[in-house]
Amino acid sequence: MKKGLSKAFLSLFVLAFLLMGVTAAQATVNLNMYYPVAVGGPITKVIDDMIGDFEKANPDIKVKAVYAGNYDDTRVKALAALKANQPVQLSVLFSIDVFELIDQGVIVPFDEFATSAEDKKWLASFYPALMENSKAKGKIWGIPFQRSTIVMYHNKDAFKEVGLDPNKPPTTWKDMVAVAQKLTKKDASGNVTRWGLHIPSTGYAYWMFQALCIQNGEVLMNLDGNRTYFDKPAVVDALQFWRDLAVKHKVMPEGTIDWGTLRQKFLEGATAMMWHTTGNLTAVREGAKFDFGVSMLPASKRLGSPTGGGNFYIFKKATPEERKAALKLIKFMTEPELTAKWSIATGYTATRADAYETDVLKKYVSEFPAAAVARDQFKYAIAEFATHENARNKKFLDDAIQNVLTGGKSAKDALKGAQGQAERVLKAYR
Amino acid sequence: MINRGSDWMQKVEVLAAWLLAFLWAAPLLYAIWAAFHPMDFISRFILTAPLTVDNFRNAWKVAPFARYFFNTFVLVSITLVGQFILCTMAAYAFARFEFPGKEIAFLLVLVQIMIMPDVLIVQNYKTISSLGLVDTILGIGLPYMASAFGIFLLRQAFKQVPKELVEAARVEGAGWLSVLWKVYIPLAKPTYVAYGLVSVSYHWNNFLWPVIITNSTETRPLTVGLSIFGAPESGVNFSVISAGTLLAVSPLLIAFLLFQRQFVQSFMRSGIK
Amino acid sequence: MKLQRQIAGPVYAWLLLLPAAVLMVAFTHYPIVGGFIASFFSTGREGRPSKFIGLENYSSMIADPVFWQVLQNNAIYALGVIPISVSLAIFMAVCVNGRLPGRGIVRAAYFTPTILPMIAVANIWLFFYTPQIGLLDQICGLFNIPSHSWLGDTKTALGCMMVLAVWKDAGFFMIFFLAALQGIPPELEEAALIEGAGRWYFFRRVTLPLLMPTMLFVLVNATINSFKLVDHIFILTKGGPDNASSLLLYYIYEVAFGFWDTAYASTLTVVLLVILCLAAITQFRYMEKRVHYQ
Repeated sequence: MKKGLSKAFLSLFVLAFLLMGVTAAQATVNLNMYYPVAVGGPITKVIDDMIGDFEKANPDIKVKAVYAGNYDDTRVKALAALKANQPVQLSVLFSIDVFELIDQGVIVPFDEFATSAEDKKWLASFYPALMENSKAKGKIWGIPFQRSTIVMYHNKDAFKEVGLDPNKPPTTWKDMVAVAQKLTKKDASGNVTRWGLHIPSTGYAYWMFQALCIQNGEVLMNLDGNRTYFDKPAVVDALQFWRDLAVKHKVMPEGTIDWGTLRQKFLEGATAMMWHTTGNLTAVREGAKFDFGVSMLPASKRLGSPTGGGNFYIFKKATPEERKAALKLIKFMTEPELTAKWSIATGYTATRADAYETDVLKKYVSEFPAAAVARDQFKYAIAEFATHENARNKKFLDDAIQNVLTGGKSAKDALKGAQGQAERVLKAYR
Repeated sequence: MINRGSDWMQKVEVLAAWLLAFLWAAPLLYAIWAAFHPMDFISRFILTAPLTVDNFRNAWKVAPFARYFFNTFVLVSITLVGQFILCTMAAYAFARFEFPGKEIAFLLVLVQIMIMPDVLIVQNYKTISSLGLVDTILGIGLPYMASAFGIFLLRQAFKQVPKELVEAARVEGAGWLSVLWKVYIPLAKPTYVAYGLVSVSYHWNNFLWPVIITNSTETRPLTVGLSIFGAPESGVNFSVISAGTLLAVSPLLIAFLLFQRQFVQSFMRSGIK
Repeated sequence: MKLQRQIAGPVYAWLLLLPAAVLMVAFTHYPIVGGFIASFFSTGREGRPSKFIGLENYSSMIADPVFWQVLQNNAIYALGVIPISVSLAIFMAVCVNGRLPGRGIVRAAYFTPTILPMIAVANIWLFFYTPQIGLLDQICGLFNIPSHSWLGDTKTALGCMMVLAVWKDAGFFMIFFLAALQGIPPELEEAALIEGAGRWYFFRRVTLPLLMPTMLFVLVNATINSFKLVDHIFILTKGGPDNASSLLLYYIYEVAFGFWDTAYASTLTVVLLVILCLAAITQFRYMEKRVHYQ
């Protein structure tokens, strides 16, 4: 009896453990990758289809793509998997995490194994603006995939309603303020029912802010990723302008504006203009019950937007064979035809010029010119904010921005504080 | 003579009680409204608004809910089985044996009632990772299996088992394990039910530790799946989020509405130490 | 025979205890000690291995404004959520314990939030709080209150979290008070009412004192809860704006798994453990007292 009972306990335990360990026999090269989604639309489905096509063309390679949340979540998950020695060979991660990934010693530069003449041609085929965030220490670490710039969406019906030309969105800060003031609508008791403009300040506040800084003629960091310029006068002015939009010009609500729910607010007509990633284009197009337009961001001293989005990275732990397979997959996913399809499905920019020469994308752009705005903006685009220990420095900047936007410190004091904090972190990397 | 003011007071009290109940039920009722109507009616409460199940269909399509359900089911089952076995054995040792170090051992157990594994995420992640259990369902459940709370409850229940019953079984020649199996466990059944319900609801709803330890669809429980599905970044519209949310909570919610008494009593019992 | 049993007893007991003991040490005691030790080392990175740095993590913690902010937030959060949810819980328990029409439905309504996952609940509440198109602003609109960025304002973000927490917890605490109330014989109240005592008077002088032991238990649990449950922050604000709604455990998560600074995260964990220990000591003191007076 005694024995029987302990046996029962034991077998229950064994059973419990067995439930976990489902492993499959391996005959082919297995690739695991993580990818993020930061914009609307059923993107997971699109990626699954693309990977299905790849597997059909390459029966000896199996790919498992795992959706892991937003960019930050995905970095956390990929790094966690690598640290726990789990098989993951490549991932789409934030383009700006490049320094962090190098510092953690987890990625390999593409120059090391993409060495054939054809490979080199391929590496040179992407838009130079997009490659800025891929390069560090003279090497190429990331391949542009889901890339974007910030664009301005405007509600044409609202423009018409207040007597503005719906096809002439503002092109300067001054214009934008004037137009937004016209568009801001109040009810009889003085409460705002529609705002002129929304610039989101959660999730990717630093990114929006970077756009304002570029337009104001200043950059936020050096390309080696070990210096930040948060306290430069033009940067302070840019933040002051952002705050003024709510307080002085009263075209934007006070407090921070949520990145995630903004698209829905725009579609509900709660704001007439919004700054958002071009990656949202397709979702806006599908959800809009009104006529809308897309334009480049306005200029203060110059036009400009940071690039944004995710790059493909290959991890150091991958065996040479896996690296080869991963490279094959990345090349497949960035072929002009697929790039074009991907761009149409999401609104992300195609990452290379020849994709815009494909029939599908040519046709799409001619029917829907908004799709080319982000590409045209590449001329004025520069690298997104990327530094060593990026997560930390990004938070310093985000916190400072949010502090000012919610009526905390002055722009100057908040940014000076953030600069001091970043300085302390980055000293070690010079 | 009954105080006359109380009649009027009582009416106010009833009204307040109902108002509060309405407020407490409102978020869930609202989620149901949002899930069964098109996005246009999300904040327009018109009784004639068209009903739809499209949101559920969408939610089911966008995220692998079936897999999440399976994962959560496996997670709560494994955790519960582990807890029952480990806590039963430990509680038995505490309730019916004298052994050197008993007092200290019990004090060490009590530590966990205050400092639960939920707050020890940093070090526990290192441990699970060195065991190679990151991204496994076992890895989610393991830190919770030796539950101080379970040991405590079962020990209390075992202590109330009459000595005479134990002696009688011993006289019949039953060994210690057989006494546990035949006398203690059957008599502690209500405690097992109570603890089981609390444990299942806890692990069904747990989020922070699973989100840290899981990396893939094959292991993510419902809460984690729901968080990346419903995160504003995903851009899924609110009706669909409501539908997904309802999907995720429905099994536990339905079980609760059906067995309300048992649930309430289980939670009650588990709190009285 | 007897001797044999005396030796077998302890061995048996330890064998029974062993599996639970191993897991408990591995996931509760070892991490407490290990985390404490880790707080005196630096975080290792590629090319810069972890090394002993004494109290440096602690001094940077004291210099870290975000640490002080989340600590303050957590204190406000606890001091706001606990009294409100506990008083509401007592009110609920009294209502549900009396002759309330529709008692079953009311009780179910109060208790339902307890069994819903915080993540799911936060998903629903997120839409309440969304400015302009959200439900809260729509309702405010009816009363001509201007739209407000509830989660986007440093002054209201934490408050929004607290409302959610009260809603989630009150029904759970109600259960324990209900159990205590059911132990009070109903004749007591009837007798008092016949004597001419008001209901409020009776509640204050008889019911409330009898609820005191339960109250302490609930208070300690509520304190632990307010430091342990941070799920909703992931959905609602991610701690923002400017850390206004971040709590200690969420910050630990951010530092450990966002910045991969595990040493500093361990240091923050030590602080959290000290707080929880203080709560623990309070409860043990109380339990001791109860034993003495019994």
